[in-house]
Amino acid sequence: MPDATTAERERRNGAVAEVTALLADYAACIDADELEAWPDFFTADCHYKITTAYNHAKGLPVGLIYAHNRAMLEDRVVALRKANVYEPQRYRHIVSTPRIKGGGITGGGITGLAEDVIEAEAGFLVVRTMHDGTQDLFASGLYLDRIDLSGNRPRFARKIVVLDSDRVDTLLAIPL
Amino acid sequence: MTGSAAAPASAPASSEAPPLWPEAGYTHIPFALYDDPAIYARERERIFMGPTWHYLALDCEIPEAGDYKATTVGDMPVVVVRARDGGINAFENRCAHRGAQLCLERFGNARAFTCVYHAWSYDEAGKLIGVAFEKGVKGEGGMPPSFDRGDHNLRTLRTATRAGLVFGTFDHGAPALDDYLGPEICGRIDRVLPKPAKVLGYNTQVLRNNWKLYAENVKDPYHASILHLFFTTFRVNRLTQKGGIIVSESGAHHVSYSMLDGEDADAEYRAAKLRADSDEFGLREPALLEGRDEFGDGITLQILSVFPGLVLQQIRNNLVVRQIVPTGPDRAEVVWTHYGFGDDDAALTELRLRQANMVGPAGYVSMEDGAVGAFIQRALPGAGGRRSVLLMGGEDVGSQDSRTTETSIRGFWKMYRGLMDL
Ligand code: FES
Ligand SMILES: [Fe+2]
Repeated sequence: MPDATTAERERRNGAVAEVTALLADYAACIDADELEAWPDFFTADCHYKITTAYNHAKGLPVGLIYAHNRAMLEDRVVALRKANVYEPQRYRHIVSTPRIKGGGITGGGITGLAEDVIEAEAGFLVVRTMHDGTQDLFASGLYLDRIDLSGNRPRFARKIVVLDSDRVDTLLAIPL
Repeated sequence: MTGSAAAPASAPASSEAPPLWPEAGYTHIPFALYDDPAIYARERERIFMGPTWHYLALDCEIPEAGDYKATTVGDMPVVVVRARDGGINAFENRCAHRGAQLCLERFGNARAFTCVYHAWSYDEAGKLIGVAFEKGVKGEGGMPPSFDRGDHNLRTLRTATRAGLVFGTFDHGAPALDDYLGPEICGRIDRVLPKPAKVLGYNTQVLRNNWKLYAENVKDPYHASILHLFFTTFRVNRLTQKGGIIVSESGAHHVSYSMLDGEDADAEYRAAKLRADSDEFGLREPALLEGRDEFGDGITLQILSVFPGLVLQQIRNNLVVRQIVPTGPDRAEVVWTHYGFGDDDAALTELRLRQANMVGPAGYVSMEDGAVGAFIQRALPGAGGRRSVLLMGGEDVGSQDSRTTETSIRGFWKMYRGLMDL
């Protein structure tokens, strides 16, 4: 990491705090099965994708879930509640401290992105608990996030969920 | 394996096993076939090493000389290699010395294949070309004079290609690939691979069930509108669809397809779009249903299976090769390879990616298929002597216009039973 002035470090630490809080709220929303509130973590024209590390590294574009706006996320929640058949299950997210990759909060920015945008990444683990108590490490991976700070709350303008493994056990119903 | 006939003659009558498969034909399937380790081992010998063809790769995955892909036939590790003369070789991914896996990476490029353990090396055709310290060191040790490298080549597969799909078989006496597939299946494969493919991405779905439960599911149009409620829930008007089921003469392979009758396929999308703003039950983003009639024949869905483990799927513009991989009597995997074509424009690629939301482990109209096999598998204890029922659409195997039929599943069992000699 290059030398940083005190002001830059303060901006970076402010960004870490902002993203940490957002990710904590995001994970809690999913883990508490409050999926109706999940789309509102995204901007209206967001891009959300779940992909694998292999596809991501090779530039292969297909996703397990691929949404080009918030309306598609809303449709997914309705489908999960009303259409899709899957056994009751819960997730528990453990999200790492985010690394700030770019953007800024106030007065300038870190890499020259617009100052109301932050780019960040964070690792995550998700344990899945089935209705009969069976528990497995269901997924681990990286969130590659672009966060828009211009609205009344921070929102994901882009969230790429990069799974470390190619393998998905049985099905992926609840989003990550 | 052949029921009571297999029991030792001296066994007392009371301990004689009941016949595994008492009924003739393909309408009653013994549940024991889904979890018996002896059956699983027999399938490896008679089906996966038998006179059948197995999907290995897309031609475009190994374009250059030396390009290889490590994959499996059944659960057996194999490597498929582009040879210097442009042909395609395949051999077991297992060193002839003491059996270490040769290629550890999924894809790569190699001039020769050298085992990491003791550095035996093989050429692009699996021929043993080098043995480390073959003559020993300073006249000591080494292989005996009788050792002949030619006795230690890797076991090869015969390969053949159809429309960019590379197949292999361990049985060098198997019928030619095109004869195995039959003309109707060949035509339907060509339909979705009319030009060189380009891979758009992979993923693997782990199934907690026997591989045959997934193979049956793919051939089962009966469940489609019952288990999968996505279209009904969002009131997507399916219009008047016509379609049907084609079963190959052997029964082994099938095609299930549907097309929009008279109407253009985009009517569905336009209707959904109109409803999006007004109908609380509609899709908020109907772009999911947008598509192109890229093959120019109005067919919006084609599910094709090649016995035992290949599925080629077209759902509108979403094109996928699925490979069913057995990983044990009660486990399997489905490897999903999404593809498009080299000359796709950006808008067509975007349609394929959007429609990919329909399929795969998170697919709107297919995620249930990942779980339903496990619902059967976990209910197997105690079902050993019982049989499932496949009587929808009669007792025969053959093409039908109706989709409320189990004819293509019976076809699977016709081929299976013949090969397994049960
Ligand atoms: S196991 Fe391959 S060289 Fe010994
Ligand atoms: Fe299905």
